[in-house]
Amino acid sequence: MTPLPFTTLEARAVRLVRDDIDTDQIIPARFLTTISRAGLGRHLFADWRCDSMNAPRPDFPLNAPAAEGARVLVAGRNFGCGSSREHASWALADWGFRVIIATSFADIFRNNASKNGLLTIALGASDHRALLDVLEGDGSATLHVDLAAQRVAAGNWSASFTIEPFAKRCLLEGVDELGFLLAVDADIAAFEVRHTPGVAAALLTASRAAS
Amino acid sequence: MRTLFEKVWQAHVVREAGDAPTILYVDLHLLHEVTSPQAFSELAARGLAVRRPDRSVATMDHSTPTVTAPAGAAARALPMAAGAAEQLAQLEANCARYGVPLIGWDDDRRGIVHVFGPELGYTQPGMTIVCGDSHTSTHGAFGALAFGIGTSEVGHVLATQCLLQRKPCTMEVRVDGALGPGVRAKDLVLAIIARIGVGGGTGHVIEYTGSTIRAMSMESRMTVCNMSIEAGARAGMIAPDDTTFDYLAGRPGVPTGEAWDAAVSRWRALATDEGATYDRTVTIDATTIAPMISYGTNPEMSIAVNAPVPGLADYRDGPALERALAYMGVTPDEPLLGKPVQTVFIGSCTTGRTSDLRDAAAVLRGRRVADSVRMLVVPGSQQVKRQAEAEGLADVFRAAGAEWRESGCSMCIAMNGDQVRAGDYVVSTSNRNFEGRQGPGARTLLASPLTAAACAVRGVVTDPRTLL
Repeated sequence: MTPLPFTTLEARAVRLVRDDIDTDQIIPARFLTTISRAGLGRHLFADWRCDSMNAPRPDFPLNAPAAEGARVLVAGRNFGCGSSREHASWALADWGFRVIIATSFADIFRNNASKNGLLTIALGASDHRALLDVLEGDGSATLHVDLAAQRVAAGNWSASFTIEPFAKRCLLEGVDELGFLLAVDADIAAFEVRHTPGVAAALLTASRAAS
Repeated sequence: MRTLFEKVWQAHVVREAGDAPTILYVDLHLLHEVTSPQAFSELAARGLAVRRPDRSVATMDHSTPTVTAPAGAAARALPMAAGAAEQLAQLEANCARYGVPLIGWDDDRRGIVHVFGPELGYTQPGMTIVCGDSHTSTHGAFGALAFGIGTSEVGHVLATQCLLQRKPCTMEVRVDGALGPGVRAKDLVLAIIARIGVGGGTGHVIEYTGSTIRAMSMESRMTVCNMSIEAGARAGMIAPDDTTFDYLAGRPGVPTGEAWDAAVSRWRALATDEGATYDRTVTIDATTIAPMISYGTNPEMSIAVNAPVPGLADYRDGPALERALAYMGVTPDEPLLGKPVQTVFIGSCTTGRTSDLRDAAAVLRGRRVADSVRMLVVPGSQQVKRQAEAEGLADVFRAAGAEWRESGCSMCIAMNGDQVRAGDYVVSTSNRNFEGRQGPGARTLLASPLTAAACAVRGVVTDPRTLL
C-alpha cells in the first residue's frame, strides 16, 4: 500500500497522557480476526472507549466533544509497546489520526506507523510538558505540524522535532518502501549468491514432506 | 572485536546507501494466520510472487481452538469464530497459491510458531529470523537475530526476502550466580524487566551473558529471550555453545554429517569477541532472585512472590501505578500472597515446552487443583503434547483436575475462545499482563509454571517453595 503523503497538518489534538500504552489497548486481540486492514477505527481503544455494553465512557478523552475531528493524539512515554500488530496503526489511521506525539515510542509500532502515513513525533520532556500546558489552557487549540521544517506549534509554543531522514522522505513523498526494496532486486540476487546457504535446502525438504 | 549481534547483522547486510536504512537479508520467515493475510493481499494486488518460499514456513496457532476434536472428527471441524475460520482458510489458500510450506491443521508438527521452529531445527545460530509476531525474539536463544515485524514488513519479506532496518544499539544483560530452589528462567526474566523497565530496552538488542545463562537449558534460554520484547528490546540473543549444538543435533532442519560439523564450527565463531563492547551493560545477581509474580498491567510491574506490592510513592510513576492497581484490584504496600485466584493458565511461547510442563506436574503430582480454580494446561506444540503424554505428565494434569488441551496460543492472547472472565484473577505463565489481554476485564498475574501450579493447588497466590 502506498502511504498517504504527509506534508503539513493543522488540526486539533486529543490528550491521552498515559505511559506505556500497549497495542492491546489500541486494538484488543479479539478484533484481529480479520483478513482486511480496513474499518478498524471502530475498534480503536475499544475497551477504554466503551464499557462492556459497548456504550461510550463519557470520561474517555476520545469521547469528549472537543475530540471530534482531532487528527493528533498526544500520549506519554513508550507509546505502542507490546504486540507487533500493525492493526494498531491501521485503527489509528482509520479513526482519522495523522500524528502521534509522545515522549518515546516502541520500535515496532514506530516502524509500522510510518508505513501507514502516520507521523510519530517524540518530544523531549519539557516540550511535551509545554504542549500539554497549551492544550490544558485551550482544549480545542489548533496544532500546526510542518514535516519538511520538522516543527510543531500550538498557541505561542513551538518546537522542532527530529525524524529519521528516510522516514521523513517516505512520508513527505508517499514513498512506498516495498517499491524501494523491489528496485534493488539485483543487489539482493547478488547477496543471495555470496550468502552462506544456511536453511534453504533443509526447509525445502521439510516442505516436501509436509505436502 | 565484534559482538554476537554485530557479527550476525553484518553477515546479512545486502546494501547500505545514503540516508536509507540498511537492507537486511532474512534467512527464515515464519508466518501465521493473523498477521499475514493483508500482506499476501498486497502481493496479489501488485502481481508479485513470494521470492523465497523455501525460506518461509507458515502455520496457524493464534486463533485456533485448543479443545480436542471428538474421536473421528477433524480438528478443522471444531467450532470457531467466523473471522478465525476465514483467516485459516485464507492462510491455506495463500500458501497453496504462493508455494509457501504450511504446517497446517492435521500436521503432527503443528504448534506455536516459536515452539516448533526450534523443535524442527529451522531455528539455527547466526540466522536472521522474522515473523509478524513480537515474540519472535524467542529464537535469539540460539544466537539468531530474531525479531517481530508488522504486516507491511511481512509483505516486504515475502516479496524481497529483505527488510529496511536501522541498526539497533546493543545492551548486555550479564547474569551471574546460581538460581535458588524454585526459581526459574521466567522469574529471572521478570526480574530483569522489573529492573530495566518496560521500555528500557527500546532501540537495543539485548545479549544475555554470564554464568547463569551458560548453565541454562535451551528451553530456559528461550523463555528469557522470549520476553526481551517486554522490556521493549528489538531482540534478545544468547551466544551458541555446546548446549545449543546438543539441542539441535539430529533435528529435521539441521545439516548432517560433514555439513553439520562445518556448521558447528561456523556457529562457534559467533560468540562475542573478548574486548568487544556494548552500548550499555546491566548486571544481575541471580542468587538474589526469588520466584516472581506480576501485580500490575505491564510486565515491569513484578515483584518477588512473597514481597509487598510497592507503595504509590515507591514507583517511578505514581499515577500509572495507581491506575494499574485500580484495574487489578490490588492494594499498595500489601502482599499478593493469599489472594484468591480463579484461573490458572500454563502454556504459551514463553513457557509451553516440556520442561515447563514437568515443573507444573511436579507440583501437581498427588495433589488436586483447588475446587475454586479452573486450570488450563496448553502444550506449546503437538510434539510437546505427545512427549508430555508419553511421560505421564498429561495424566498428572488430568488426575489433578486440570484441562489438558491441544497446542496453540490459547489464553495468552485469548482470541480463540479460551479466555478469562471479567474481574477474575488468572495466574498465567504467558508473557503479557496488559489490561484485557486474557479477556476483557481479566486480571493477569504473570508467574512461572512452578508458581502457577502452586497457586492452582492452594487456590490463592502461593510461594511455590512451600510446596517443593
